[in-house]
Amino acid sequence: MAVIQIERKPLSFAERTYLPQIASGLKTTLKHLFAPTITMEYPEQRPAVPAGYRGVPTLVMDPHGREKCVSCQLCEFVCPPKAIRITPGSVPADQPDRAHVEKAPETFDIDMLRCIYCGLCQEVCPEEAIVLQNLYSTVGYTRGEMVNDKKRLYELGGTLPDQHFKWDKKKAAEEAGNDRH
Amino acid sequence: MATEFAFPDSAAKNAAAAESQNETMSLSMGPSHPSTHGVLRLQLEVDGEVITKADPVLGYLHRGDEKIAENMTYNQFVPYTDRLDYLAPLANNVAYALAVEKLAGIEVPARCAGIRVIVSELARISSHLMGLGAYGIDVGAWTVFLYTFTEREKLYTLFEELTGARFTTSYTRIGGVARDLPNGWTDRVLAFCDQFLPILEEILALLHRNKIFLDRTADVGVISKEDAIAYGLTGPNLRGSGVALDLRKDKPYSGYEQYDFDVPVGTKGDCYDRYACRGEEMRQSVRIVRQAIAKLPGGEVVARDARRIVAPSKDKVLTSMEELINNFMITTEGPQIRPGEAYFEAENPKGILGFYVVSKGGGVPWRMKIRSPSFCNLSILPKLCQGEYIADVVSILGSFDFVMGECDR
Repeated sequence: MAVIQIERKPLSFAERTYLPQIASGLKTTLKHLFAPTITMEYPEQRPAVPAGYRGVPTLVMDPHGREKCVSCQLCEFVCPPKAIRITPGSVPADQPDRAHVEKAPETFDIDMLRCIYCGLCQEVCPEEAIVLQNLYSTVGYTRGEMVNDKKRLYELGGTLPDQHFKWDKKKAAEEAGNDRH
Repeated sequence: MATEFAFPDSAAKNAAAAESQNETMSLSMGPSHPSTHGVLRLQLEVDGEVITKADPVLGYLHRGDEKIAENMTYNQFVPYTDRLDYLAPLANNVAYALAVEKLAGIEVPARCAGIRVIVSELARISSHLMGLGAYGIDVGAWTVFLYTFTEREKLYTLFEELTGARFTTSYTRIGGVARDLPNGWTDRVLAFCDQFLPILEEILALLHRNKIFLDRTADVGVISKEDAIAYGLTGPNLRGSGVALDLRKDKPYSGYEQYDFDVPVGTKGDCYDRYACRGEEMRQSVRIVRQAIAKLPGGEVVARDARRIVAPSKDKVLTSMEELINNFMITTEGPQIRPGEAYFEAENPKGILGFYVVSKGGGVPWRMKIRSPSFCNLSILPKLCQGEYIADVVSILGSFDFVMGECDR
């Protein structure tokens, strides 16, 4: 095993006078004095958020503006701090193209005072309906304001592209008479 | 010398009684004191400036993590491990995942093991940078803190890109990691390493030949080899006393045996040795990161064959009914771990972090014990502080580089 011993040389006379250290310290300081600044004027300047950032969890709609969540409650189950509360309901009657989806959330609340932004809800969601997006600062005057309800979650979430349209495929298969399930 | 253990209240009472008889005075240092690095409280008995007795009082940050673990599935506990040693959350994530995988008896793919090594070592660098900077402040060298924080910020940007969060990374899962490396991430890590080494030399040059710093640290808080072993110290605190115990060498895990690196040890066991070990460990970590990136194989980052433990990929969940059902089963019932028990320890930045997991089958641990290095390292404080000056206690505490999140857990 390669073991290296920490070197301990006694200080020389010059070093004991503090002077070389003061000089080299000042040199370092001067170097940094003329280096570009690394700080940011926060509210005016904002840091660039990388792709895949785990910000505020939101609900998203598919490109046709339809709600994706089917209220399976898997996110509610997996959420370690129990920040999510869902009341399952049926799909509203004014959405005939989603009648075969059977379920939709009646209420969907995420308590941002409990949320720890771990991203497990997004990871387990079988519909890609709940997504942690770029927003990283939320404020509110009361505890109630910090609970994002369904309407607010869709406002924050917006629309994301969909690769699968799985419910449309299912409907097409049903209509063609080869629905396996 | 055996240290006398006393509960905090009785410790204060005894101190008050002693005070009325002698010339000693009782003094509470902490729980909110800038140099106690969190919520550690030291119940000191002082005779003038000299400590005659020191009782660490712990538990101000106790959350019951071990009990919480019994009430959730294995994967749900990952975010809680972020909050143990919150200066190196990635290293905790890795240690926890390895412990449960040891119990489950699954092997992760080589790419996953390589990624885990890279993130552990980067976490070590960030933790030591924080430790070094905070130690600088403790002994009166403010500038060091600013420079180490600049570097740490660069690392956090890399973590953010990799895991989606700067601080609470929650990166590992049982049987793998949450996501693969983003495009070009390894190049950015290498670029960081290249620019980091000269800056590290610059930071260390501010301290290691500095007479003021040496006056505060050299020959202060000397721990002998025997004491360090007897009190169960681990990590840089143990190596500072000259014991070359490093689990990455002695019990290699996650493929550490493939990488070439040195273990720094001190000669005296004083505060300076502990500080210098951390400085050298950062250089060694950079070496490991470079080798790990050079050797990083392609392939999967999760053990796909462990079908009852690892959740299927999102693509499959969205297209296949069987995988959808499997996703539901693993999420609601938890990863199915066989009955048994396992103890796994990893060399974390602060020392040896151990997880003892007992499973009775199913997706929830029956019992989980966390051996946190900070807690064990602090056990020597009563002995070490005796006879030291109050000002030196600050220096000793800083040299231990402990984190109360992990100590009280």
